[in-house]
Amino acid sequence: MTDTNSAPASAAAKQRLRTMMSIVGMLPVLILLAVVFELMSGRFMSVNNISNVMQQASINIVLASGMTFVILTGGIDLSVGSILATSAMVAVIVSLIPGIGWLGIPAAMGVGLACGLANGILISALNLPPFIVTLGSLTAVRGIARLLGNDTTVFNADLPFDVIGNGSLFGIPWLAIIAVAVVLLSWFILKRTVLGTWIYATGGNAEAARLTGIKVPLVLLFVYGVSGLFAGLGGAMAAARLYAANGLQLGQAYELDAIAAVILGGTSFVGGVGSIWGTLIGALIIAVLSNGLILIGVSDIWQYIVKGLVIIAAVALDRYRQTGART
Amino acid sequence: MSQSPILEMRNISKTFGAVRALKDVSLSVLPGELHALMGENGAGKSTLMKILSGAYTADPGGTVIIEGHSRTEAAGSVAVIYQELSLAPNLTVAENMFLGREIANRGILNRSATLERAQPILDRLGVHFDARSKVGDLSLGERQMVEIARALTTDARLIVMDEPTTSLSARETERLFEVIARLKSHGIAIIYISHRMEEVYALADRCSVLRDGVYIGTLDRSELSAQKLVSMMVGRDLDSFYKKGHIASPDHTGTPLLSVRDMSDGGLVKGCSFDLYRGEVLGIAGLVGSGRTELARLIYGADPRTSGTVAIDGRDIDTSSPRAALDAGVAYLTEDRKKLGLFLDMSISDNVNVGVIERDAKSGGRLDFRAAARRANDAIKALAVKAPTARMPVGGLSGGNQQKVLIARLLETGPKVVILDEPTRGVDVGAKSEIYKLIDGLARKGVGVVMISSELAEIIGVADRVLVMREGHIAGQVPAQLGQAISQEAIMELSTGSVSEPATATEGAMQ
Repeated sequence: MTDTNSAPASAAAKQRLRTMMSIVGMLPVLILLAVVFELMSGRFMSVNNISNVMQQASINIVLASGMTFVILTGGIDLSVGSILATSAMVAVIVSLIPGIGWLGIPAAMGVGLACGLANGILISALNLPPFIVTLGSLTAVRGIARLLGNDTTVFNADLPFDVIGNGSLFGIPWLAIIAVAVVLLSWFILKRTVLGTWIYATGGNAEAARLTGIKVPLVLLFVYGVSGLFAGLGGAMAAARLYAANGLQLGQAYELDAIAAVILGGTSFVGGVGSIWGTLIGALIIAVLSNGLILIGVSDIWQYIVKGLVIIAAVALDRYRQTGART
Repeated sequence: MSQSPILEMRNISKTFGAVRALKDVSLSVLPGELHALMGENGAGKSTLMKILSGAYTADPGGTVIIEGHSRTEAAGSVAVIYQELSLAPNLTVAENMFLGREIANRGILNRSATLERAQPILDRLGVHFDARSKVGDLSLGERQMVEIARALTTDARLIVMDEPTTSLSARETERLFEVIARLKSHGIAIIYISHRMEEVYALADRCSVLRDGVYIGTLDRSELSAQKLVSMMVGRDLDSFYKKGHIASPDHTGTPLLSVRDMSDGGLVKGCSFDLYRGEVLGIAGLVGSGRTELARLIYGADPRTSGTVAIDGRDIDTSSPRAALDAGVAYLTEDRKKLGLFLDMSISDNVNVGVIERDAKSGGRLDFRAAARRANDAIKALAVKAPTARMPVGGLSGGNQQKVLIARLLETGPKVVILDEPTRGVDVGAKSEIYKLIDGLARKGVGVVMISSELAEIIGVADRVLVMREGHIAGQVPAQLGQAISQEAIMELSTGSVSEPATATEGAMQ
């Protein structure tokens, strides 16, 4: 539409409005949910509960941040839940080694990174579809997690790094601090570095990116590596919170919550469009829903149904709002 | 003009918010006539056609009368064939023709009736495929015929064709013209939107011109001339339309800037060799499918090659990937800017800078926003990109402005050689002339330019020397000797193979 040319001022204003809308995104939904739960329970906005919500949201925020990188390139990573379980197992097993137990955290992140890079190599070098590759590793890595503990739960009541799971700094849980740090790091990479621009470009138009001289395979390797690394960190966080890890149960269906957070945050499923702030809000919406529904005494079964419907409704609302903004 | 018009559009205006896209436009089309509609991109052609098809509603005060009826009553008698074809490739020709209006009984398709009704329409068009063919197996030209056939299933009396030949080969274009003649002989009127002057000369009975949403005038066939049309479209004269201000050195004895030797891909490109000199604009002509784009992509490293070397200033360079080629100073402008070039959701600034952000980056791979803003603003100014801000997504620009953004991206990399593949495809007259000026400016600065083009007038107007490709070979060069004029006939003869292959083909090209 060259129509915009003749009125640059109004077009620029429209452009600013559109940018603002896309930044604000789902924030109104989050605020609305918080207000509704506060009105219904009277306890939602208490300092204690907010701290709870942040703690509950933190692991999903970390996973969803990695997922944002992947989905921005137009891919998907279904294996993060399994990688989280494996990393948590590794974290607890390493923590049991006397003297160097704190190495559990880097060990978990290393295992996560290795799994992510394995996904990335299969996808970028062999040109396999991300859905298939990570569906395979969803199953295979889950098997590794069970293998690590001989299919039992491993405990460490004396976990050297339990502070990150249960401690707090100036009243803010360490889990939440880590999650915010991950979001800030992701924002920095996506918006302030060359690599970030390459990620958006690859997702927007992979062939054009290649012809522009962007190392597309490297970009793909990076995003799956980051997703794995963050899942590894998530594993360490989960282990630290529970003082234990179980290869079979831990992290089941976590990938779905992470994907839901990214999509709620307005990131396009085909890639190229989206932001980490949206993901943060998306993950908070999911956590607020879970927490608020418990507070107002909704049964576990109905929580599932309500959560699913709210996710669909929120995304539908967002689509509607965006088409409204475009005309 | 005793005939009553099939279409009367009177005093049509259309405003989008504060923007006036059309102002008091009137258009009348007679039965059986081909009425060309011309104008730069953004002149309002598409808006007018969308009002005709009912996609937009005109502002109150305007009237659209089709065969004496109002638009809504006569909806079935107008068919619009858009630039981007809207067919389902997985379905058959017949299924596509009746898509949305399936011949069925209580929801159960009547296949034989569908075929029975589809086949006569195809026969009438004189096409060579059958109603049962799968659309995915057809060429682009054949698909266009399916679109036309679909229009005929509704007994349309007026067909709008929007740039129908953009993606057709010369042969397919010829077939389309035959079909158009048949349609006209059946009394069907056609509104034909095109940027290509030759087509308008060849086909139009009358030609109307829009500029900035205003109706400028209508020319009868006898009054058509390039000068008149261009000055109506751009509001200025044709002088200096093709700009050739640079002086190509006639001396081809030194080391060539770019030497391509024995380039092959084992299929469409067979042993192509040529040289390009500093400050020279080398045209590559040839029919669609002759391997021009494939050759360009091989030189740029976009596709794997089976043989061939590329040298710059006499030294062999690595062009095994686009990135390697860019690093060596070779840049390539794709012919398909939307699919292979631009990041439509990203800003103008990001699109201009994406090739150089790595070079500009501060330590740790951090983006240098100041450098990016400077480059983007300079590029917008230098290339006269019409946009309110560099932060606007490229997808919102017109074709010509998108092309300028893509060219700006190439130039930011500081190339020694640029290969431009159909640089003016789908671009309006004003932007065309600016792109020609830009090419001229590059040559003056000593950059070597290779320009692939299907428009002979353009290639003759812009290039210093023209290579002609045919079936993957370089069939020859025009002029054969330096200093002679480039002739359209010589190019056509070489590209169609109507002259016996000159023995000097490769020597001539390499000389």
